[in-house]
Amino acid sequence: MAVVRRRSALPQAPSYSLADVQSVSDAHDEPAWLRARRRQAWEIYRNTPMPYQEEEWRRTDYRHIRWDEAERLIQANGATAAVVPAKNLEPLTGAEQGGLLVFVDGKVVRSELAQSLARQGVIFSDLRTALRDHSELVERRLMTQAVRATDGKFAALHAALWDYGVFVYVPRNTIAELPLHVVCYNTSAGAAMGHVLVVVDENAQATMQVEYASSEAAGQSAYIGATELIVGDAGALRYVSLQDWNRDTFEFSHQRGIVGRDAQLDWVNGVMGSRLTKAFIEVDAVGQGANARVSGFFFADHDQFFDLDTQQNHNAPLTNTDLLFKGAARDRARTLWQGMIKSLPQMQRIDGYQVCRNLLLSDEARMDSIPGLEIEADDVACSHAATFGTLEEEPIYYLMSRGVTRPQAQLMIIEGFFDELLKRIPFERVRQRLMAEIEAKIIG
Amino acid sequence: MVATLEIRNLHASVDGEAEMILRGLDLTVKKGEIHALMGPNGSGKSTLANILMGNPAYEVHEGEVLLDEENLLELESDERSRAGLFLAFQYPVAIPGVTLGNFLRHAINARMKADDPDSKGIPIPKFARLMREKMTQLKIDHAFAGRYLNEGFSGGEKKRAEVLQMAVLEPEIAVLDETDSGLDIDALRIVADGVNALTGPNMGALVITHYQRMLNYIKPDYVHVLYDGRIVESGGPELALELEAKGYEWIRERHEALAQVQA
Repeated sequence: MAVVRRRSALPQAPSYSLADVQSVSDAHDEPAWLRARRRQAWEIYRNTPMPYQEEEWRRTDYRHIRWDEAERLIQANGATAAVVPAKNLEPLTGAEQGGLLVFVDGKVVRSELAQSLARQGVIFSDLRTALRDHSELVERRLMTQAVRATDGKFAALHAALWDYGVFVYVPRNTIAELPLHVVCYNTSAGAAMGHVLVVVDENAQATMQVEYASSEAAGQSAYIGATELIVGDAGALRYVSLQDWNRDTFEFSHQRGIVGRDAQLDWVNGVMGSRLTKAFIEVDAVGQGANARVSGFFFADHDQFFDLDTQQNHNAPLTNTDLLFKGAARDRARTLWQGMIKSLPQMQRIDGYQVCRNLLLSDEARMDSIPGLEIEADDVACSHAATFGTLEEEPIYYLMSRGVTRPQAQLMIIEGFFDELLKRIPFERVRQRLMAEIEAKIIG
Repeated sequence: MVATLEIRNLHASVDGEAEMILRGLDLTVKKGEIHALMGPNGSGKSTLANILMGNPAYEVHEGEVLLDEENLLELESDERSRAGLFLAFQYPVAIPGVTLGNFLRHAINARMKADDPDSKGIPIPKFARLMREKMTQLKIDHAFAGRYLNEGFSGGEKKRAEVLQMAVLEPEIAVLDETDSGLDIDALRIVADGVNALTGPNMGALVITHYQRMLNYIKPDYVHVLYDGRIVESGGPELALELEAKGYEWIRERHEALAQVQA
């Protein structure tokens, strides 16, 4: 009897082993607690199947990743900050950086902090240095509170294998006036596992931007990252994340903000690059009076696939979360936004809002938005919405009637669509740059 | 030669529909003249405005529209604008995220680029001066330039924004499509003052309106009555007053009687 063999439809897993975990620890002479955490995370990773048919993954097909290329941990090859495009290195405001950390292929190539900030006790360094100099602070917060190894297969893999990162600590009652700027730039194909840990302590304030980008490289890449933003009681953090990986990169990232009592988190997330991005973007409002604004913009072209999973967790009463995502897709690109507002039982007087606005620029592109609410309280104001639009003839005609050409009219309408979102970025220079990048995607 | 808009034997419909709305319309507007086009609802007034500007939702079946002997019907809307035609929309559309000022700067630059592909466009300080001057002239709050185009504008603000665009772009011939509709008397006066300041030797205007009211403020040289897709009466300003007194019913009866005689 003939046996019909079907090729397995399940996603392949990378071929990492416990030896890889140990070699990361050995290479950096890591403390025992970190080695133990990595081993623990490895166990979780090993016991978790590659995600596939779970609700939050079933629309995301990443089986075209070639792990033999993408899993190889990127090694620094001596490249300096000179390889990083000038636009990424420009100060966010004024002529000087408040702080600048530049990684090339996971290695720190620039690390600067304004004296005024250093004098205030602000810590802004790569995670390795912080592990040495501020071990206690890092041990208490690193993947214990915001992102955890148990959050998913890739969170566990990251926890077991992360190899570089950023640590920011703003002490109590400290206002860091100048913005902090991080650039993570890769020049070769393979795996990068970057970590961002930001702690804004009680009644402290900071503004920060992190940029991810890579040059064209021979072969596929994987970015398996984690971002942890912890805002203490009455603290305030403005955080901007911009992703522009090359088109052979698959991003799997977990990002979570924790917002304390009467604290504020203003978070803008931009996704422009990569072949495929699967990002979990979550905020936990954990203290009464916590306020989080989460904004996202994305523009997918060619065969890009973006899947942005957002969650707003109201874990305390009188919390407020406001989410606005705006995206466009052209060519054969696909985007997906899945949003959820959750509350713990009896969290009264919470206010949660989520909306995703989609602009479809070609017949072959596809955009989906799936909002959701799971609220276990009755005195709440929670709502959600998703809208879909195309470029309509009426506004194009109106603009053309004043003499602007059709392509210019289309450009103005698309840029206008993003304007509301880009305005939430506190750096004029960055807004202009992003508008130019959006323009390049529209024209390109 | 004086810039002239010539409409000859125009037949037009909504795009894809067989029923003609304009059925042989003839009209000539010269620079320096103000023509009022009046007519009952459904007579084709707005269709004419849309056809002149090239709205893709309408279709021309027969006839010609010339501006300075150039056939406008072969041009895209942006080319018609750059050729010197302007339409003040009856219902201007809101464009979120695009400020009025930024939009007008692009519109001016598009003109300069069409004339000279190497043009760098209007310098921003020069443009800012121009905007301030025109807004002052039209008694418009300068903050207007920074607002998103027509978004959240009141009816009066929309119409003033249309007139401001006309003032900045300085067309040869302007068509005002029911610019008076939905305006209270104060807003109407401001809009009319603006139009009056712009008309004169440098601009011709075709003022489309249902009511005579606007013509108390904008004095036309000629008044035409559009009925059933054709101009059925033409005269001086007194025709508007006659219409006001007798109503459009008078036109309908006369026109139908005339049609019967012809039959």
